[in-house]
Amino acid sequence: MALLEVEGLTIYFHSRNGVVKAVDNVSFSVDAGETLAIVGESGSGKSVTCYSLLDLLPKPPAKIEAGIALFDGVDLLSCDAAQMQRFRSNDIAMIFQDPMTSLNPFISIGEQLIEPLIYNQDKSRRQSRSGARMRAIELLEEVGIAAAEQRFDCFPHEFSGGMRQRVMIAMALINEPRLLICDEPTTALDVTIQAQILALIKALQQKRDVAVIFISHDLGVVASIADKVIVMCEGTVREANDAEGIFYRTKDDYTKKLLAAIPEGAKVMPSRADPDKSDKPMIRVDNLKTYFRDYSKTPAGDIKAVDGVSLEIQRGEILGLVGESGSGKSTLGRSILQLAPITAGSILFDGTELNKLSPAKLVPWRRKMQMIFQDPYASLNPRMTVYQTLAEPLLYHGLANSKNIDQQVQQLMDDVGLARHNMRKYPHEFSGGQRQRIAIGRAIATKPELIIADEPVSALDVTIQAQILDLILNLVEKHNLTMMFISHDLSVVRYISDRVVVMNKGVIIETGNTEALWANPQQQYTRDLLAAIPLADPRSERLRSSGP
Amino acid sequence: MDQISPQQQNEQQEQGTSLWKDAWIKLSKNYLALFGLSILALLCVVSILTPWIAPYGYEEQNLILGATAPSLEHWLGTDIFGRDMLTRIMYGGRVSLTVGFIATAVALIIGVLWGATAGFIGGRVDAVMMRIVDIMYALPFMIFIVLLMVVFGRNILLLFLAIGAVEWLTMARIVRSQVMSLRKQEFVEAAQSLGLSQWTIIRRHIIPNTLGPVIVYTTLTIPSVMLLEAFLSFLGLGIQPPQSSWGLLINYGVETMEEYPWLLIFPGITLSLTLFALNFLGDGLRDALDPRTSKD
Repeated sequence: MALLEVEGLTIYFHSRNGVVKAVDNVSFSVDAGETLAIVGESGSGKSVTCYSLLDLLPKPPAKIEAGIALFDGVDLLSCDAAQMQRFRSNDIAMIFQDPMTSLNPFISIGEQLIEPLIYNQDKSRRQSRSGARMRAIELLEEVGIAAAEQRFDCFPHEFSGGMRQRVMIAMALINEPRLLICDEPTTALDVTIQAQILALIKALQQKRDVAVIFISHDLGVVASIADKVIVMCEGTVREANDAEGIFYRTKDDYTKKLLAAIPEGAKVMPSRADPDKSDKPMIRVDNLKTYFRDYSKTPAGDIKAVDGVSLEIQRGEILGLVGESGSGKSTLGRSILQLAPITAGSILFDGTELNKLSPAKLVPWRRKMQMIFQDPYASLNPRMTVYQTLAEPLLYHGLANSKNIDQQVQQLMDDVGLARHNMRKYPHEFSGGQRQRIAIGRAIATKPELIIADEPVSALDVTIQAQILDLILNLVEKHNLTMMFISHDLSVVRYISDRVVVMNKGVIIETGNTEALWANPQQQYTRDLLAAIPLADPRSERLRSSGP
Repeated sequence: MDQISPQQQNEQQEQGTSLWKDAWIKLSKNYLALFGLSILALLCVVSILTPWIAPYGYEEQNLILGATAPSLEHWLGTDIFGRDMLTRIMYGGRVSLTVGFIATAVALIIGVLWGATAGFIGGRVDAVMMRIVDIMYALPFMIFIVLLMVVFGRNILLLFLAIGAVEWLTMARIVRSQVMSLRKQEFVEAAQSLGLSQWTIIRRHIIPNTLGPVIVYTTLTIPSVMLLEAFLSFLGLGIQPPQSSWGLLINYGVETMEEYPWLLIFPGITLSLTLFALNFLGDGLRDALDPRTSKD
């Protein structure tokens, strides 16, 4: 018998608008030393399934309608609160998606780490403070935090995202659980950090022989780590098989769709007209520096977000800008749009130096350049309907009047593929992908010439990602747009851009035509980035991890 | 939401074009808020019509009668001077409601604009504006009002303004902190990149998103302003007997509550009813103005 056996798990959400079948008759099992990956888009019920195992679902509205989950022979779904408490503290641990929010910012990481040891429900398993401290430091070293002894008393904000996720892993492992549930543990991380964390989870699992349930929306991530995969969609299991079976003998159409949506990198639109090289560049950035004041240091120093960048964007091209978080790529985009005050250098748009213009003089230029933001949840005013959001730029810049505004807004909605009857809805009534369509609609409303897209698909599911990328490509074609596409995801950048700029620590490392760069990266940093991309191919992943 | 028929969808499109219209539609379905609204409306109407409908004059004394318990002639009893309590509560409402609404409106307008401007512009402007608020906080409130009264003479309207001029400080701080977090949101940046002017951004994108806490604080300010007026009147800085206000009536009622409890109970009930009504309406408004609360 396996360590965890789930049979016929069915969970409904009862809301005023009716019943939602979040999880419908799901069965799986996972054994010690084994990794089960649960893959699906948001809303597929993959997280709900796992949360129910630890009784973390809000009840109501959630209600477990049927099913059993035997952990070591005890049913997790029907055991009492005290028993569940014991399972949580000793046997089952969880790692959450966002390492920024799952650590308490007011308590040092060491203190948080030893909490489960010194306040254990089981009195017999409680440890002394000094013993717990030893154990925690040992574990921090094991998850790859250097100088763990000194960093024990540091606070979460003093760690980077990847380091925090390591701390979370250490915290999950501190009581030597037998089952580890990872809910999208790498989604919020850069691609190179993601590769490290995946390797770490795998190594720790082999060493300790724990069972792992790994939730992800990305089949590519799962390929390197999973033994078994179940694919979920709308609460039901669409396909369950071992990893090889899922990837090489795919049976289900939905799984095929998921696999196909992973941007492999091959350019799908070779027919794109070559950018106009004869003219002068549309945008010229000269030795741009953007510093922020850092008050956390004494004396206050500068954070050099962009430190001397020069680049050109040709009219009609899609320029990809890649780099890890903190590389200054977003700041560069904002600086070009005059949304972040620059420290030195110049930005020329068709020969006009934007950084010298007064706010009033800048208004006509603002119309010509727009931005698409990463988080479609934060980039729309929650109190404005789609209609208001799209009408605002049109009316403000006099591109429409009260007579034809309705028609113009409808035109925009058609352009970005939103049904017209959604016009009066508020942003919260839409899914992430639809919201991003609204945001794109707002960006193209002013008929801009340049669009800077800052990670426009990073917050989206992989199938939605593909749709939005295609929408962007179509719009670029249709409206003759020039685009700077910022992303940490190299496969996405390869899919969409003509030319790529690689940034690290505020400076440009390498530029080149997309295919040339992929085929023959000149710099070590670029090579590392390329090597960290997860492949949807378990066999080559295995080769890679066993290699040097 | 998904099972709405196309017909209904068209209807939805017909109604509601702005936040405020949508809010009204939602508010009209919230019975508790409607109840609060109607109580407030009733109180206002009665206050306005008081000179014509009050059973007695507000200064009509009947010293022989003295303090009597509620009876058929005097429904809510009489005070120690034999004045009819119902009449006095009705006249008191005129003062209390006016001071409540005007002073709060003054606080609301100054506070929101001040806080939003400081929070949005930030930097030095913010520092200077908020230091002014700090200085105002530090000024002893009583001295400030006494000074005003001395310079401009005693005047009810001035009293309203003076109270408002003190209450806006907290409002400004609340709004500023809200705005500071909103300012960094991407939708504000998006509005900036659309080229909207700062004032348009504050008006259309910032202020509507601060409404939740502002409304809650407003409904808390109205009663506190009413009590402040009672305090000032008690010190001889506000209105003077034989005029009355709810706060004053309660103040006098407290002194005699052991002998004549009705002198405390009835003004107390009236003030509490107003507060309940305000809170129901405030909660209703907050929900109605937030599109994220469900529409049904």
